[in-house]
Amino acid sequence: MKFGVIIFPGSNCDHDCYYALKNVFSQDVSFIWHKEEDVSKYDVILLPGGFSYGDYLRTGAVARFSPVMKAVVDFANMGGIVFGICNGFQILCEAGLLPGALMRNQSLRFVCKHVYLRVENPDTIFTNNCEKGEILNIPIAHAEGLYFADEKTLSELNRNNQVIVRYCEPNGDISQEINPNGSLENIAGIMNRSGNVMGMMPHPDRSAEEILNSDDGAKIFRSIIGQTLEAA
Amino acid sequence: MTAKVHIMLKNGILDPQGKTVHHALENLGIDQIEEVRMGKLIQLQLGDISVDAAEKIARQACTKLLANPVIEDFRIELVEEKE
Repeated sequence: MKFGVIIFPGSNCDHDCYYALKNVFSQDVSFIWHKEEDVSKYDVILLPGGFSYGDYLRTGAVARFSPVMKAVVDFANMGGIVFGICNGFQILCEAGLLPGALMRNQSLRFVCKHVYLRVENPDTIFTNNCEKGEILNIPIAHAEGLYFADEKTLSELNRNNQVIVRYCEPNGDISQEINPNGSLENIAGIMNRSGNVMGMMPHPDRSAEEILNSDDGAKIFRSIIGQTLEAA
Repeated sequence: MTAKVHIMLKNGILDPQGKTVHHALENLGIDQIEEVRMGKLIQLQLGDISVDAAEKIARQACTKLLANPVIEDFRIELVEEKE
């Protein structure tokens, strides 16, 4: 599998994603500069975390007009696998590849800490190494992670099992108290209707190996790579 | 011609920034305010063009980039410069 990690001006987790894929999972991975106009030689496109274009106007609002994003939209519409982490999730929402929007955290604070996520749908490209209801320990680091969508969109997301992970208590309970940013229904990550595009605010790239205090993020990468833990 | 674009969160969407400012005003004794909501003001300098043309350009700017229709409403105010 060939992975491409896009670098926008202001991306700052591009190397985390590259490192995880190359050094931890021994994958074929290249950086893609945001001015590239063709991404067809890749199997998976990653949009990393960061502060593309300084988060000016709205997070992801300017990055979505980078030349590479037209290619990414075409790639996604052809069924290509696209995965956005943090700022990458924000860009995918702004680009219309995922429904809804990410808004300022309810606390108005930048929140940087490990959180627990409950896997709501393990039958996806991105979570097939997880069990339904499995709890993952993965860090967040964002100021704009409050997921918002109108009622109609929310009920569609729920009905079609497009909500992939929610913020939860260590025992898996979903509560307002544990919600780190005010996201509707504790939503931390969603996918599109056809299941080839996913975005999540937490950083699997920062929890891909044991030395980072949790390697639960590896399950997301391994799901995408399509290898089981045993085979690795 | 100047187009002043006012961008506000849609009605019903929680505005924690406005709420915090409201709270701060109350603490200062300015407690007659019922609600504070905060938005953005973006000024587009458009040169010597007609009202219709200015409206069209500003609207295009809003729908393409300046406002996110999922969470925001916009209002365009056109101001003609005095000679």
